[in-house]
Amino acid sequence: MVKSTDLVIIGGGPAGMSAAISAYNNGIRDILILERAETLGGILQQCIHNGFGIHKFNEELTGPEYSWRYEKQILELKIPYKLNTMVTEFTRDKIITAVNEQDGIFKIKAKAVILATGCRERPRGALNIPGTRPSGIFTAGTAQKYINIKGYMPGKSVVILGSGDIGLIMARRMTLEGAEVKAVCEIMPYPGGRARNVEQCLNDFNIPLKLSHTVVEIHGKHRLTGVTIAKVDENKKPVPGTEEYISCDTLLLSVGLIPENELAKSAGIELDSVTGGAVVDQNRQTSVKGIFACGNALHVHDLVDYVSEEAEIAGKSAADYIKNNGMSPGSFARNIIIKTGGGIRYTVPRKITSITDAKIYFRTSGIYRNAKISIKEGERVVASIKKKRVVPAEMEMIKLTGDNIREIKGGIVTFELEGLHD
Amino acid sequence: MIKNLTCIICPIGCNIEVEIKKGEIVSIKGYSCKRGEEYAKSECKNPLRTITTTVFTIDGKVLPVKTDKPVPKEKLFDCMKAIKSTKVSLPIEIGKVIIENIEGTGSNVISTNNMR
Repeated sequence: MVKSTDLVIIGGGPAGMSAAISAYNNGIRDILILERAETLGGILQQCIHNGFGIHKFNEELTGPEYSWRYEKQILELKIPYKLNTMVTEFTRDKIITAVNEQDGIFKIKAKAVILATGCRERPRGALNIPGTRPSGIFTAGTAQKYINIKGYMPGKSVVILGSGDIGLIMARRMTLEGAEVKAVCEIMPYPGGRARNVEQCLNDFNIPLKLSHTVVEIHGKHRLTGVTIAKVDENKKPVPGTEEYISCDTLLLSVGLIPENELAKSAGIELDSVTGGAVVDQNRQTSVKGIFACGNALHVHDLVDYVSEEAEIAGKSAADYIKNNGMSPGSFARNIIIKTGGGIRYTVPRKITSITDAKIYFRTSGIYRNAKISIKEGERVVASIKKKRVVPAEMEMIKLTGDNIREIKGGIVTFELEGLHD
Repeated sequence: MIKNLTCIICPIGCNIEVEIKKGEIVSIKGYSCKRGEEYAKSECKNPLRTITTTVFTIDGKVLPVKTDKPVPKEKLFDCMKAIKSTKVSLPIEIGKVIIENIEGTGSNVISTNNMR
């Protein structure tokens, strides 16, 4: 039997919870959240460090505390959710097949679906590091789960490859738990994570950050015994003669996150080759009407506050879609493509489909000082912001008002950055 | 002397420039909120850090905890030692005090999750 539900949200992490609350507040009651893990909260449960919620709550919370702010609302509003429930199939006519212990395999037909499936870590296999295949090599997030949820220490002497925020956070975490973190290697000439994390996670403990360095060989038969690192040139190729051996029993990989979109692919949703997430409009609607995406499944965020904010947009849009029986209000319709010019790596959304206020998130492709970021139609500036400094690790945002959008006559606007390249 | 700091109070991470003459702060530039200014002052005199870590429960579960106020940076490892030698029994609610006035710092270690 196929059960019908107005709104199914796949994923009960920060994006899924915020989307559910937003849909509820916009009048939808028949909601179901499907969550694979045994608790709501997603990755926040293992992110026990603080720094969450500064924009949303004007407070500095830990991951579990931030999660609880939303979980509490889900419980108070009595929004239904199923835990330990894995979605195995998803089609573009919004039929979801899922499985759990109580219900077995079951199908749901939804009027609208929000994909809030989060992201995955890039594994060793994606890096092609030569050498042996010993134990002791973990993604940073796996090590984080071992320590913070399971209570195991993965090793005693550690090298970290990649300086993304999780890698930096884990450098401090493992140091506090008594391990020696010998180095963090970053292939780029600048850190992957936020400046404050370099400061409080590495500098506080005198952990060397080796920029323009990578791991070129892995040593050890059963257990990792060491790694060889080397300097890289501007093409990221190792420079011969710069090799250095570091003995260690643990290598953590913090080399990037990839939006989890197996379900989106199976539904034939168009994906963006830069972000790895769905191509969406400003309502966070994907190429399939009635299917929305938000959070790290859409593009990898550096702050959960913006995940929650984006999920609110997706939740409201899904509610509007359900209330209007899938018809978008025609008089407001637009069909504008956002193109990226120099200095901009990507924007989310990539399309504007109606005359309503739009929050456009973007990342730059390098570090720039005194940057002016403009949205232009031809030579005319539609909107712009100025920033003293922009870095790829920190997502930025421009707001377009309905009036800005009404003034756009053609079908293309371009995002451009002018500034001093660092 | 000019001291350049990266503010760690929030994820914005402002670059703050502190000018120090004869051991006294004469100017602070680059912060964008009151807390940033306070951070810069404290960082030059008595650096403070919030600890986030875990304690084990009696039955082997792992409970996340934090200090409710930042503690002096040089006491980080002493505090860690005290936290690691503590075991708690369940159930525990978010915000419950696990260790009062840890290592005489005036900060309490509190639970950051609900656990049954």
